[in-house]
Amino acid sequence: MDTKTPNQKAWWLVLPVVVLVAFNAVVPLMTVVNYSVQETFGENVFFFEGVKWFEQVLHSERFHQALQRQLMFTFLILAIEVPLGVAIALAMPRRGPWVSVCLVLMAMPLLIPWNVVGAMWNLLALPDIGLLGRSLNAAGINYNYTRQPVAAWATLVAMDVWHWTSLVVLLAYAGLSAIPDAFYQAARIDGASSGAVFRYIQLPKMKRVLTIAVLLRFMDSFMIFTEPMVLTGGGPGNATTLLSIDLVKVALGQFDLGPAAAMSLVYFLIILLLCWIFYTVMTKDEVQ
Amino acid sequence: MARISLENLRHSYRERPQADADWALKRLDLVWEAGSANALLGPSGCGKTTLLSIISGLLRPTEGTVRFGERDVTLLPPDARNIAQVFQFPVVYDTMSVYDNLAFPLRNRGVAKAAVDARVREIAALLDLESTLRQRAAGLTADGKQKISLGRGLVRADVNAILFDEPLTVIDPHLKWKLRSKLKELHQRLGTTMIYVTHDQTEALTFADQVVVMNEGTVVQSGTPVELFERPRHTFVGHFIGSPGMNVLPATVDGGVARFFGLAVETSAPPKAPPPGARLEIGVRPEFVHFSDAGIPVRISRISETGRHRIVETLHENVTIKLLVGEGEQVPAERAFVRFDPAFTQLYADGWSTR
Repeated sequence: MDTKTPNQKAWWLVLPVVVLVAFNAVVPLMTVVNYSVQETFGENVFFFEGVKWFEQVLHSERFHQALQRQLMFTFLILAIEVPLGVAIALAMPRRGPWVSVCLVLMAMPLLIPWNVVGAMWNLLALPDIGLLGRSLNAAGINYNYTRQPVAAWATLVAMDVWHWTSLVVLLAYAGLSAIPDAFYQAARIDGASSGAVFRYIQLPKMKRVLTIAVLLRFMDSFMIFTEPMVLTGGGPGNATTLLSIDLVKVALGQFDLGPAAAMSLVYFLIILLLCWIFYTVMTKDEVQ
Repeated sequence: MARISLENLRHSYRERPQADADWALKRLDLVWEAGSANALLGPSGCGKTTLLSIISGLLRPTEGTVRFGERDVTLLPPDARNIAQVFQFPVVYDTMSVYDNLAFPLRNRGVAKAAVDARVREIAALLDLESTLRQRAAGLTADGKQKISLGRGLVRADVNAILFDEPLTVIDPHLKWKLRSKLKELHQRLGTTMIYVTHDQTEALTFADQVVVMNEGTVVQSGTPVELFERPRHTFVGHFIGSPGMNVLPATVDGGVARFFGLAVETSAPPKAPPPGARLEIGVRPEFVHFSDAGIPVRISRISETGRHRIVETLHENVTIKLLVGEGEQVPAERAFVRFDPAFTQLYADGWSTR
C-alpha cells in the first residue's frame, strides 16, 4: 500500500542547477544553433536557411582537409605522448629526494600559457636566429618551418610533446605510486620478468589514469588553437590549418556566421562522438 | 619442505646502524622445524614483517645467515627460494582469470602446458576454487583473492615454506574462521612448514603449534600456546597474551620469599637472589587468582561481565588485582581476601622471569 503523500516541491531545489547550466551551456549553445540555420547580410537582418550550412560544411573539401589534418595531428601526439609519458613515469624514482625535483621539472611546462609556448617555439625554431633552427641548418639539415610543411608539422608536434607529455607523466606516475609494494614482492616470488610486471601489474593498475590521460590529451589536442596559431598561423599555405584555426578564419576572418556556426556544431559533435568511442573502448572490460 | 633456521640475524634499515634503536631486528637465533605450524606474534612495528621478508628473500639481512635445511640461502632472491607468501592485502593479477593467476608462477618457470594444467586443477580443488577458475580474478571477494595468493604459492612443487603476513586483515569477520580452519586443514594435508605473522593472539594461538612472541625487534619468548599462557618468560608476554592480561604487581624479595606490600607470596620456584637494583614484580594471570578466606586483603572495585566469565577488579593499597570468576561462583560484596595459585605465580626482575 502506498502511503506516500505526493509532493512535487522538491523540484524547486533543482532550479539553481538548471539556471546555472542554462546560462553557461544551453543558452550559448542555442545561439550557435540559431546562427547555424540562418543567413545574415548585416544590420541584424536574418533569413532562415534550414540545413543548408550543414550540407555545405559536410560537403566542403576545405573542411574535409582541415579535419584530416586535425585527426593526423591528434593521432601523432597521442601516439608519441602516451608511450613516452608512461616510459618517463616508469623511469622516475619512486622515493627519495629526487622525487620532488622530478615532479617540479615535469610540472613546469604545464604552467606556461599556450601563447607563450607558441611564441617560445616560434623564436626557438626560426631558421635564421632561433637556437634550434640555426643549429639544425648548421648541422646540414635544410630546415625552415615557415616554408616547408614537413618542418612546420615536425615543429608543431615537437612543441605539443614538449608542452603536454608531462601531463601524461604525472597521471601515469600517480597511477604507479598507488601500487602497493606487495604486488612487486609477489611478482618477485612468482618469478615474473620485468616485462610481465609491466604487462600484468603496472599497466592494469595505470589503466584508469591512462584513460583520463588519453581523453584529456585527445580533447585538448583536438581543440588546440593558440599554439599553432602563434607558431605557424596555419601555414605554410594551409599545411597546419587545424579545425579550430579554420573555424576562426571562417567566423572572424570572413564573418560567415552561418557556416561558422554549422561548422562549430559539427566540430563539437565529432569531439563528443570520438570521446564516447575512446571511453567505451577503454573501459569495456572493466569489472563491475 | 625444509627446516628454517636463522643464525645470528640482525637487520637495520639504516646505512650505518649505531644505537640500539637503529636495529629493526636485534640479534636473534630461531629454528622452525620442517612441517611445523608457527606463528610470529607481536604488536605493530615489532619487526615481525621485517623478519618474514628476510625469510622470503625480499630483504637481505644486515648480518647473519638464513638456512633452509642445511643450505645457506641468505643471498638468494625470492624466486630461487621456492617459498610462498600471502600478503596482508590480497595480491592478484587483475586482468587475468583465476586459472591464469594460478598458472602464472609455473609459466614464468617454463613448465610444460599439460603439467601446468594438471597442477592448477589440483590446487584449485584443494582451495575450493574450481567453480571460479574461468572468472576474472578481480571480481572475487577478499577471501577468494587471498586463496588465489595462497594458491599461486602452492602450485609450485614442494614449496619450502608458506609465509602469511597478517592474511586475515581484510577478511569479513564471519569468513575469518572459515579461512583460518582452511589453513589449518591445508597444513595437516600438505605438511608444509608455515609461518604466520599476526598481532592477533587468537589467530596465533589457534593456528600454531609453536608461537614466537616479538617485541621491539627481539624475540621475547618462543613456545607452545600453553607455555606462553602458563609460564610467560616476560611480563610483556603476560600482558600481550590473555584477556585480560596478567596481573603485574610490585614486589620485594626478603628472606628468600617474594613479598607484595610485605605479604608473603608463594611462587612456582623459590626466588633466586635478584640482581641488585632490579625492578621486581610478581606476575599472576587473573585465571589463577581466587577468592579465599585468608591471604591478601582487597576491596572490590569493579565487576565486568564478559559472557562466560566475570572480570572482577579488586584493589589492595591502590594496586589493581584482576580475577576471573566463573558463572556459578559468588563474588563477595565489598571486602575479601585473594590468594594466588603458587604453580602459576612468578617473580620477574626487570620484566624477565627469574626462573
